Amino acid sequence: MNQIRQNLPAIILFVAGLLLWELLVVLLDIQRFLLPAPSVIWQAFTSNLDRLLHIGWFTTKEALGGFAIGCGAGILVALATARWTLANETLMPFAIAANSVPIIAFAPILNNWFGVDNPLSKMMIVAVIVFFPMMINTVRGLTLVDPTIIELMRSYAASDFAILRKVRLPNALPYMFNAFKVAATLSMIGAVVSEYFGGNRSALGVFITQEAAQFRFQNSWAAIIVACVVGLTFFLVILVVERLSIPWHSSIRNRAGQ
Amino acid sequence: MGESIVTLSKIGMVFGGSSGSQTVALQDIDLRIAPGEFISLIGPSGCGKSTLLRVVGDLLTPTSGQVQVNGKSTHQARLDQDYGMVFQAPVLFEWRTILKNVMLPLELRGVPQNQQRERARELLNMVELTGFENHYPWQLSGGMQQRASIARALAIQPKLLLMDEPFGALDEMTRERMNMELLNIWRQTQTTVIFVTHSIAEAVFLSTRIVVMSARPGRILHITDVDLPQPRGEQSRAETRYFEIENAVREWLRKA
Repeated sequence: MNQIRQNLPAIILFVAGLLLWELLVVLLDIQRFLLPAPSVIWQAFTSNLDRLLHIGWFTTKEALGGFAIGCGAGILVALATARWTLANETLMPFAIAANSVPIIAFAPILNNWFGVDNPLSKMMIVAVIVFFPMMINTVRGLTLVDPTIIELMRSYAASDFAILRKVRLPNALPYMFNAFKVAATLSMIGAVVSEYFGGNRSALGVFITQEAAQFRFQNSWAAIIVACVVGLTFFLVILVVERLSIPWHSSIRNRAGQ
Repeated sequence: MGESIVTLSKIGMVFGGSSGSQTVALQDIDLRIAPGEFISLIGPSGCGKSTLLRVVGDLLTPTSGQVQVNGKSTHQARLDQDYGMVFQAPVLFEWRTILKNVMLPLELRGVPQNQQRERARELLNMVELTGFENHYPWQLSGGMQQRASIARALAIQPKLLLMDEPFGALDEMTRERMNMELLNIWRQTQTTVIFVTHSIAEAVFLSTRIVVMSARPGRILHITDVDLPQPRGEQSRAETRYFEIENAVREWLRKA
């Protein structure tokens, strides 16, 4: 109940926005291929529901697969990077540079490498996109440790492994969750956009471009909504897991209030 | 002096590589500390008192001289977990509850879980933090956090308690109360304490001996015996002898 009251302004704004949209389309007589009214999009959504769910799930699997591969590899490389100073000094500049490169531009190349119809090609694009933020954040979390904590652990003759397990990893968790949140959003974007460059017919991105090519823009819009809902859900799931995993962290306890 | 728990002979410490930028942090430090003593290191900023503490704790290796703790090298003493350290900041792990924080050194030593818990509860009781076992550090005041960090340092019954300005960040009232509690803990545990401080009052109230150091290079200027009667309490702060010693230490610090 309290939650609803708290979010009431946002809900009202959302509904008002939809109404305004509908009204403007009718009043200004905007062509359907430019901007369909929400009611038209909703109609397209319900009448194509089965197909939309099918292709939505197909693309979600690509996003999840890529997320798992990219984040997993990012964490592993980060552990190695944080362990060996030399690796840190050689790899980090490249990682930071690579992180600001539009990796999605490589989509046609990876489509070519792994086969345009093979979902693996989309997973690999997603994996490459999420790899860098994941790795960079994890390295930061593992290395930006209060030096006094390290002194304390050394005064107890703690091994490097014990310091990793009891200090570096817990210290890295908040950084990693930040990366997971970024990666969750990026993975859905990566999957859909890489499908724009071609792919299996039962994929969201392919559906969006094909329907648009045939001037059935309301169907493209309906598919975009599916992509949005999946992306949001993914993000929210990470948010919940974060809250449960690191309740002690300042970002959580401030958000939760007193 | 009979047996000693810490023996420092001709300790020198030079920081920086090239001869131009070298800093002599410590020079010709000779000191013997008997078991059960409470030694304060006092001196101006940059006199190397924290460095000396870290040399004893094997967190820094001196560039010259010998250190022995319990007849062993400092390295061996550290491996044997002879040290308990308390820093100016409480350095509690924010992801652990207070109880789990105090359990840390026991965990590292491989003590069985139920014994860890039992011992940690005992210690929290000693520092008057019973009831806060399941709180996280941020839920406690600065003074309470520092008490938890003292409890953690005492968990493994260290032969040597090394304290680096542990009450430096606390307000005067809390600091005096913590002084009293530390004195009680020292009496109960009979552990040897090396205590770095900026406060003359604190040093006189707590110590059996005060080592006054001078800066650049860090050297021992004078060692003051604090012959205030034991056990001490709040009334000790009002004794004439207390003021005499306080003034004597202040005089020495002026020369530092």
